[in-house]
Amino acid sequence: MTAPTNAPAHSTITAKPSDFIRDLITIATRALRAIPREPETFIPALFIPAFFFIVNVGALQDLTETIPGNSGFSYKEFQLPTAIIFAVTGISRAPSLVTDLQSGYFDRLLLSPARRLPLLLGLMVADFVLVIGLCIPVLLLGFVLGVSFGTGPLGVLMFVLIGALWGLAFTGIPYAIALKTANPGAVGASFILFFPFAFLTSSTVPLENLTGWLRAVAQSTRSPTSSRQCGRSPEIRGNGPSSERASSR
Amino acid sequence: MSSVRGVDLVVKTGEIWRLSDQTAQVSLTLVKMLTTLLKPTSGTANVLGHDVVSNASAIRLRIGAALQEASLDDKQSGREILRMQGALYGLTSSEIDTRIEELSSVIDFEAIDRWIGTYSGGMKRRLDLAASLIHNPDLLFLDEPTTGLDPTSRIQVWDEVRALNQELGKTIFLTTQYLEEADDLADRVGIINQGKIVGEGTPDDLKRKIGADVLQIRLASDPEPAIAALQQLEGVDNVERGPNGLLVSVNNGAAAVSPVAIALDGIGAVVSALTLRTPTLDDVFLELTGDRIEVSA
Repeated sequence: MTAPTNAPAHSTITAKPSDFIRDLITIATRALRAIPREPETFIPALFIPAFFFIVNVGALQDLTETIPGNSGFSYKEFQLPTAIIFAVTGISRAPSLVTDLQSGYFDRLLLSPARRLPLLLGLMVADFVLVIGLCIPVLLLGFVLGVSFGTGPLGVLMFVLIGALWGLAFTGIPYAIALKTANPGAVGASFILFFPFAFLTSSTVPLENLTGWLRAVAQSTRSPTSSRQCGRSPEIRGNGPSSERASSR
Repeated sequence: MSSVRGVDLVVKTGEIWRLSDQTAQVSLTLVKMLTTLLKPTSGTANVLGHDVVSNASAIRLRIGAALQEASLDDKQSGREILRMQGALYGLTSSEIDTRIEELSSVIDFEAIDRWIGTYSGGMKRRLDLAASLIHNPDLLFLDEPTTGLDPTSRIQVWDEVRALNQELGKTIFLTTQYLEEADDLADRVGIINQGKIVGEGTPDDLKRKIGADVLQIRLASDPEPAIAALQQLEGVDNVERGPNGLLVSVNNGAAAVSPVAIALDGIGAVVSALTLRTPTLDDVFLELTGDRIEVSA
């Protein structure tokens, strides 16, 4: 054994009791800082909605806009909320929570006097910021392809906000799985839960153009349909004919 | 989760109390209970005067802990981790800066702004220790702080632990499987077997319990007759079979060498080596648990 090295200096600084907002900001700051350092977590979320938006418009625009009774209907405008939902769903810091659980870093956080709720809510704050960020390029793509908002910037803001809130609501599922299993595979598979809500709905064509059984199912899966319908509503998108038609679907 | 049963211990302020068990799992469970990460299913525990169940938040303010493996985030820098830890303990930005300066002996300032993923095992351990100390805790829990480290890094960590105790008066609750390496480090040692404390005291007290000296005998013949013969000898306290031969505890090693050699010769035992030495904590562990400790890589 060698002689003792110099110890840390004496100090009068001591810990103070937890503060909810301070803890929330601290956890969210770390989570936000991590986002650009892990591009693999959000690049697919940029690519997938843009891909489906372009492919769906290419495949179904002519078909849906020429159906008798669909006069004035814009399939691009109809598809934009679907693309937004695809962009914001399933994106969360849950995989990093699993990493923290597996590495023991989450234990370090639990050892601190920080309250327990901000340890999770801080991650969700970062998720909220991220999904808003993900909405923007999809929205820009829509604008480039000719989608317009009759309600102006406030309508755009509300449109993004609704999408972000839906994305935030969905993050609860992977976080619950992460905390319960600490298994990255299980967290990744949680996106499958979104599939019925994504595809057994009026996400690709208007409700009345679906076949009978799918229309019945789509009417029962109201949650994401509703958030999409909010995005398609005249109050958000303006009073154009396609919005009026879409909101009724 | 390994069970902790019948553990009854008191750690005094300002001492280094060291715990060892065969697999390190029981001591980890015990540390998790004392640091409020795990609720005991029965029994009570008080840390710094506070109950671990009913007053966990008061305990968390005054303890620091570095658990098995350095628990850090590879995609943050050392400074970011320290600043975040400080913030979670309610320290202001300037207080955190002050503490980082005060902890300069355990912080590698050349690497502090690099991502932790680029650190060596020893650097991670030192940062882990610094993160545990950022809020200036009164009591520090160190669970296997040198596991996975090279010998040089292990010595460095022990030096820092010793300095924290001797120069700052920190109370340290330490678990380690490296019994001999930290032999002179602890004021008191506890040994756990099957979830219970089977031995507790100062290292010297524990060693005295198994005799003043130890004869280590390596045989090239059947050890059973030798064990039977040696147990009959006057001055022999105990005979154990260890991984490197027989361990014969005797009161006076110098006086026992000749009778032992004659006894072994008398039964025709083939002795390949006979060594006289003082007892070690490894010998104590073997005596109390019937097994050597498993040291993880």
